[in-house]
Amino acid sequence: MKLTSNIAAGSEAFRANEAANLDALRVVREAAEHAALGGGEGPRERHESRGKMLPRDRVANLLDPGSPFLEVGATAAHGLYDGAAPCAGVIAGIGLVQGRQVMVVCNDATVKGGTYYPMTVKKHLRAQEIAEENHLPCVYLVDSGGANLPNQDEVFPDRDHFGRIFYNQARMSAKGIAQIAVVMGSCTAGGAYVPAMSDVTIIVKEQGTIFLAGPPLVKAATGEVVTAEDLGGGDVHTRLSGVADYLAEDDAHALALARQAVGNIGGGVGSATQGEAPAYDPSELLGVVPASLTTPYDIREVIARIVDGSRFDEFKKRFGETLVTGFADICGMQVGIIANNGVLFSEAAQKGAHFVELCSQRRIPLVFLQNITGFMVGRQYENEGIARHGAKLVTAVATTSVPKITMVIGGSFGAGNYGMAGRAYQPRFMWSWPNSRISVMGGPQAAGVLATVKRDGIERKGGTWSAEEEAAFKQPTIDMFEEQSHPLYASARLWDDGIVDPRKAREVLALSLRAALNAPIEETRFGVFRM
Amino acid sequence: MFTKILIANRGEIACRIIDTCRRLGVGTVAVHSNVDANARHVEMADEAISLGGATPAESYLRGDAIIAAAKATGAQAIHPGYGFLSENPDFVEAVDAAGLTFIGPSAHAIRAMGLKDAAKALMVKAGVPVVPGYHEAGQDNLAAEADKIGYPVLIKAVAGGGGKGMRRVNAAKDFAQELEAAQTEAQKAFGNAAVLIEKYVSTPRHIEVQVFGDGTKAVHLFERDCSLQRRHQKVIEEAPAPGMTPEMRDAMGQAAVRAAEAVGYAGAGTVEFIVDASEGLQADRFYFMEMNTRLQVEHPVTEAITGVDLVEWQLRVASGQGLPAQQEDLSITGHSFEARIYAEDVPAGFLPAIGTLHQLQFADGARIDTGVREGDEISPHYDPMIAKLTVHGPDRATALAQLTRALKATRIGGTVTNIGFLAALSEHSGFAAGDVDTGLIERDLEVLTKSTEPCTKTRALAAVAALGLHRSVPAFAGVSLWGGVEQTARFAFDEDETARVETLSPTQFRVTLPDATHDISHTNGAWRVDSAKTAASVWCNGTQGAVFWGETYPFTVVDPLDRAAVQGAGDGVTRAPMPGLVRVVDVAAGAEVKAGDRLLVLEAMKMEHALRAEADGTVAEVMTSAGDQVTAGAALVRMEADD
Repeated sequence: MKLTSNIAAGSEAFRANEAANLDALRVVREAAEHAALGGGEGPRERHESRGKMLPRDRVANLLDPGSPFLEVGATAAHGLYDGAAPCAGVIAGIGLVQGRQVMVVCNDATVKGGTYYPMTVKKHLRAQEIAEENHLPCVYLVDSGGANLPNQDEVFPDRDHFGRIFYNQARMSAKGIAQIAVVMGSCTAGGAYVPAMSDVTIIVKEQGTIFLAGPPLVKAATGEVVTAEDLGGGDVHTRLSGVADYLAEDDAHALALARQAVGNIGGGVGSATQGEAPAYDPSELLGVVPASLTTPYDIREVIARIVDGSRFDEFKKRFGETLVTGFADICGMQVGIIANNGVLFSEAAQKGAHFVELCSQRRIPLVFLQNITGFMVGRQYENEGIARHGAKLVTAVATTSVPKITMVIGGSFGAGNYGMAGRAYQPRFMWSWPNSRISVMGGPQAAGVLATVKRDGIERKGGTWSAEEEAAFKQPTIDMFEEQSHPLYASARLWDDGIVDPRKAREVLALSLRAALNAPIEETRFGVFRM
Repeated sequence: MFTKILIANRGEIACRIIDTCRRLGVGTVAVHSNVDANARHVEMADEAISLGGATPAESYLRGDAIIAAAKATGAQAIHPGYGFLSENPDFVEAVDAAGLTFIGPSAHAIRAMGLKDAAKALMVKAGVPVVPGYHEAGQDNLAAEADKIGYPVLIKAVAGGGGKGMRRVNAAKDFAQELEAAQTEAQKAFGNAAVLIEKYVSTPRHIEVQVFGDGTKAVHLFERDCSLQRRHQKVIEEAPAPGMTPEMRDAMGQAAVRAAEAVGYAGAGTVEFIVDASEGLQADRFYFMEMNTRLQVEHPVTEAITGVDLVEWQLRVASGQGLPAQQEDLSITGHSFEARIYAEDVPAGFLPAIGTLHQLQFADGARIDTGVREGDEISPHYDPMIAKLTVHGPDRATALAQLTRALKATRIGGTVTNIGFLAALSEHSGFAAGDVDTGLIERDLEVLTKSTEPCTKTRALAAVAALGLHRSVPAFAGVSLWGGVEQTARFAFDEDETARVETLSPTQFRVTLPDATHDISHTNGAWRVDSAKTAASVWCNGTQGAVFWGETYPFTVVDPLDRAAVQGAGDGVTRAPMPGLVRVVDVAAGAEVKAGDRLLVLEAMKMEHALRAEADGTVAEVMTSAGDQVTAGAALVRMEADD
């Protein structure tokens, strides 16, 4: 049934919300725009002076004309390494090549020569994880000096470090997920394995190089003096070594060859339509969502501005009302929506688990609209077994085989994060809105807990603690939570896949769903539900 | 009326004849060459017979095969169209002998009009004015004859040709001197000093009269002005003639009827006159040139102003019915122009062009006679006409405005055309004023054939089309989280250029050229540039494209895959594929070789391997000689770099 909005666009509250949300959006946009410039003016000019295309131009010209680009980790490493690695030095995202969705991973050589910082590795691995889960062919546009040496301890040795990149390539290739590399610059040391481990490799003449050790290391090790081109240039690798398969004249030619290679993968899914637009304008979302997380509002106002025709088949509307569940289409793709409309009670958790079971049996992907302060606390609720009911929801969400896509549109606190498919529950994609906040609990609550413990201690010893002293004690905790729960802080660390303009939520969900539907949906086998 | 006829022609005229047959319920048989097997006229006809071959001599000129086709299909008559066999009296006789009807005049009438001098003599006898002149053998009183004709006059060698022995004389005082020069020149060139004298027609106009006869009586359907010519090829024709007076029209019409009746003309014919327009149109200053004994290319302008279907008249008269109308029944309504659209390379001197008509769209509101459809080929075997565009308006100015508009709205992609030239001509001020003569085009050729540089807006549209975004965009086009995705379009009008194109939405694009940025959008079939609606449209098939915006701006798209490195190592060095013995060396430094030429022979693994040139070029260095044992990968021959 078609939802009816009770919000007057243009009202005073609407305008106030919109102004606040635009502010939040501006902060993120500035961060994203800064990240998009990579290493900044000097390195970009040097890069172009060598006849190389800038990394974002490489990505753009790999993609089909007009292709959407679902970028992953657009503000990764924001504020980390003293700002030395904008966008974590690597661009990743899903775009169309020859009409099919592919994962593009493109090194940015203007950022410290494209070397891998810890976040670079994490982002590269996350991109591969998305590709593997959703069966997306991978195209690596390689231009990297390999591991960032000063950070080698956090890049090289552990399970989810550099070596995992090649492990993933081999595993994906084994699953029939095409791995295509375009060598457009250096591929040194470990980096040499990206093209070597690919199914198809293209290298740019007199520009791309692949070697385990570069000329300086060779000279140091054996005394042999050799040029980079003779050691591992395009001519050598396409004619003698066989490490690469196609020799390209320049970047543009190499990208055309890569497009051709993707076209020859075979199979692929048909093109999606954009479906019927929502009856309510998605651009109104900025005025719909309150400026403050503490202001309650009806989540259906958001759903009405995301789903096709604003039609929503609400399931179990009158039971466990703080969790809204139901069926809808997003750009023609059927989904089950689970959305918070207040704190989670036992009934809501049971309803959620029921709905996940329903969608799992029908193989309908799930979309979580997360705005949750947590499960209800207090004696009554603990005694009726809210932990038991919450566990049902968490079990269902953890063990379902249908694709989950999570969008954090408000608060993401505590166990609510778990029940609503937070990062640990491996949703296929996790996106955040600029107004969202994520932490184990709210800052004031955390400060309150710490203050209570402290006050108890002081008072046990017979001391006193003034309200001013308590406020001063609480402030650093409040500040810390405020900083660490900001979406930019979260996104910088790849706790999510990126921050999304709420006005684009519908398209981002649709593109995510479309990617998710590349992989067949397996039969679900749930764990034991604590009844 | 016939029940079935055969059309011994191709292209637009065959289609046009079939149209009328359909309307009259007459069955149609087409004939075609091998290359025309899927042509539009074949598709339109009820039946079709293959003549084989490609050239006209192998196909449409094979009278015997055509007559056999008519017999085989039971066609009662043959319509020859224009060109090919339409004015061949032997063919007419053969058709008659086969017991079929030739839709056109008798062989006698064709022969009588076919011999130009005899035809002129016949016309003089019939009282049709011819260019005044002195054609007698006597050479004694030439000055007096010139005075009689009236100056200016032309002295021509009787045995002449190629302008030799030809002199224009403006006044009597110069006659003696010019005559002597002409005679000397004629004597030298032809061994015969004899000359003739003709009236020199300055500011000549080509005005022709459409006639229609039933074998004894004839009527005329007024005149057409065909003065806009280039090298005797008509370019734009109109009816009626601008500046025509009722007296002169009457005089010309009656003269034309006399001409037709003098040869017992049956069917549609055209009497061509040269008109001296040096002092405007005067009823006594038109002279017979020749009679075309067939339906003319430009007959639609006559049809437009008279409301007559000339092909219908041809069929009626040929089938034995009388003339469908009498002279007093005929009148002129409004004004009409026809422009002939050709596949022609105008800048290269109007050279015939070929190509596939990937895009073929005509304006509404104009009559289009065409023998091709979108996707058809303009082949080198026949006339490269694409279409005739005919407009009809209440008055000349309105019709001319319609012509300009219709030409500018014509969209043809896949070959070069003369549309830009035609449109420029339609806007020529002299033409608009009705100030036409046969020299107009030649005088202003430079202005009329000047091609316009594409402006930044045109180039921006080309950039969008070069990426294929005019045709289809993917779902969720332009969606990105933060920054947009800017792609590079590579295309060339004259020189290679690139533009950055950002897709903002499925219908909106921002194009950044080195010298401008434009916002392009596409809504309801119209292109907007910087939010203003334009009359532009674009076409692109991947490698070729065009922006149609008042004129046609063709461009090419640079194929990013079409690069040398795909072919091989690209360093021009031929290397030994395996260890072996060089048996033969075929080339030496400096040798010019073609791709595929053998450079040397390597014996290895008991086999002789010929190593061949990968591309055309010059051998720079031979690094081995016969008898050398070489290792795998050894450089053997190096080619000179191209650049």
